[in-house]
Amino acid sequence: MQKDISKAAAPGIKAEIDLRRRPRRGEQIIQSTLWLCGLLSVLITVGIVVVLFFDALAFFGLDEVTLAEFFTGTAWQPKILQFGLFPLFNATVLTSAIGLLVAVPLGLMIAIYLSEYASPRARNLLKPTMEILAGVPTVVFGYFALNFITPILQGVFGRDVVEIFNVASAGIVIGILIIPTISSMSEDALSATPRALREGAYALGATRLETAVRVVLPAAISGIAAAVIVGMARAVGETMVVAIAAGAGPRNFSAWGDALSGLSFLNPFKAAETMTGHMVRISGGDLSYDSIDYNSIFAIGMMLFLMTMMLNLISRWIVRRFREEY
Amino acid sequence: MNNASNGKYAAEAHDLNIYYGSFQAARDINLLIERQKITALIGPSGCGKSTVLRAFNRMNDLIPSARTTGDVHFHGKNIYDRDVDAVEVRRRVGMVFQKPNPFPKSIYENIAWGARVNGFKGNVDDLVEESLRGAALWDEVKDKLRQSGYSLSGGQQQRLCIARAIAIKPDIILMDEPCSALDPIATLRIEELMKALTRQYTIIIVTHNMQQAARVSDYTAFFTVKDDRTGYLEEFGATKEMFTSPQSQVTEDYITGRFG
Repeated sequence: MQKDISKAAAPGIKAEIDLRRRPRRGEQIIQSTLWLCGLLSVLITVGIVVVLFFDALAFFGLDEVTLAEFFTGTAWQPKILQFGLFPLFNATVLTSAIGLLVAVPLGLMIAIYLSEYASPRARNLLKPTMEILAGVPTVVFGYFALNFITPILQGVFGRDVVEIFNVASAGIVIGILIIPTISSMSEDALSATPRALREGAYALGATRLETAVRVVLPAAISGIAAAVIVGMARAVGETMVVAIAAGAGPRNFSAWGDALSGLSFLNPFKAAETMTGHMVRISGGDLSYDSIDYNSIFAIGMMLFLMTMMLNLISRWIVRRFREEY
Repeated sequence: MNNASNGKYAAEAHDLNIYYGSFQAARDINLLIERQKITALIGPSGCGKSTVLRAFNRMNDLIPSARTTGDVHFHGKNIYDRDVDAVEVRRRVGMVFQKPNPFPKSIYENIAWGARVNGFKGNVDDLVEESLRGAALWDEVKDKLRQSGYSLSGGQQQRLCIARAIAIKPDIILMDEPCSALDPIATLRIEELMKALTRQYTIIIVTHNMQQAARVSDYTAFFTVKDDRTGYLEEFGATKEMFTSPQSQVTEDYITGRFG
């Protein structure tokens, strides 16, 4: 009825003002749709964790498996019921560490160059190129490691030292793979520091390098740490490169003494299968549901999840501790 | 530190022209900056006074499109000569900015930082105390030197920035509207500080505040905009004379508040 009144009101004559709530169907539909989308992402995350947790629990519930062996054993050989996580965990740590050793310095240098030194023209050329690098499928990177990096390593260190499948080439290529992530996120953090800070440094007679490294970099450290965390999570979770180039079997040890002698567990030039590499290899074969192999995948997956979560928490703590807030 | 024996003037600008791309921000500027005096640059918004200020320590170099012609004589040398290092110029011509911009470090580190990048070899603790005393801030912060510079009030932050500037013992301190973000009491303290600093330093200050120029400065340069063209130096002389008997009608109109 209200509608009729307002229609009837002639211009210039004050119509009665109606402040009552109006049903806005469109708004309501959009709002509930968006809410459902948010809910969906939460549900998927929770679902994944729950599935991981229960199947991992099923694995640890088996008589053949003990938690003690899982965490302290030095060999992963499901065929003879040895389930020591260490060889897989070690390979993941090695490839990720090598990857970060490559990616953090390079990615940071690229970010500092782009944000503090590059001319607008150079930046406009370099940034899209980096983004193309980020778009290369990881399987391509895997064969790049196997067919390009490994021969180089063999050429430098000798064929008898460097195996065809080895941790180093996979790690280096993981590093190349995460450079775009680290450099582009770090560059955003560096560029976001106020111009006034830079001017303050320059006005004290600081050089470009001193300004970049001793004022801008510390001020941007929390953003840079976030970049490194994301890069680290990608390195730990990277699968294709390690499956192709790192090796197709765990680097097992008969005992801790064996692993520690000559620090052979750290040797980057020998093959080793990472947690992700192992999961993708055994699930690729004829794996039957609810077998011990099948359940072990979930236990490893659960550990991967815990690892990235721990890394996340530790880095957050470090950032909070050393942040220079402006 | 004013021991360079080239006479009365700490710096001289001759026929200075500054461009941002094709836009000219300063035209044929000639300024003589007397030692241990305060020279104020005043004028309406966009008249080019900050640009001229930043010409004295080559801060305009940081803007990629900026181009400068003419001379700024400092220690017997034109700082725009090819063989002059802008970093060396800035080590001798300090600057305080419009908005306080302490580093996100401790109060102590804010002072020590500039000295360290300048290769300071002496006792840093003493330098920090001396600089903070020089900036009339020591008594307020002596018990919290390890706290962040950002924990201070706006006026204290600005005095910290002044302390940071004098820690490297420059010849000249440039101040770009140093009080525009501060309340009247903090402003008064900075003004008193500026007067005290002239015992050792030469100061050039850009200000929007006419009373401030009249209160603190010995010389005033009035910049103006004519026919949409910016960067004219309309009048330059002793502050007392300019505020009592300005030579130009435009100056008179501006300082009496008829425009600007």
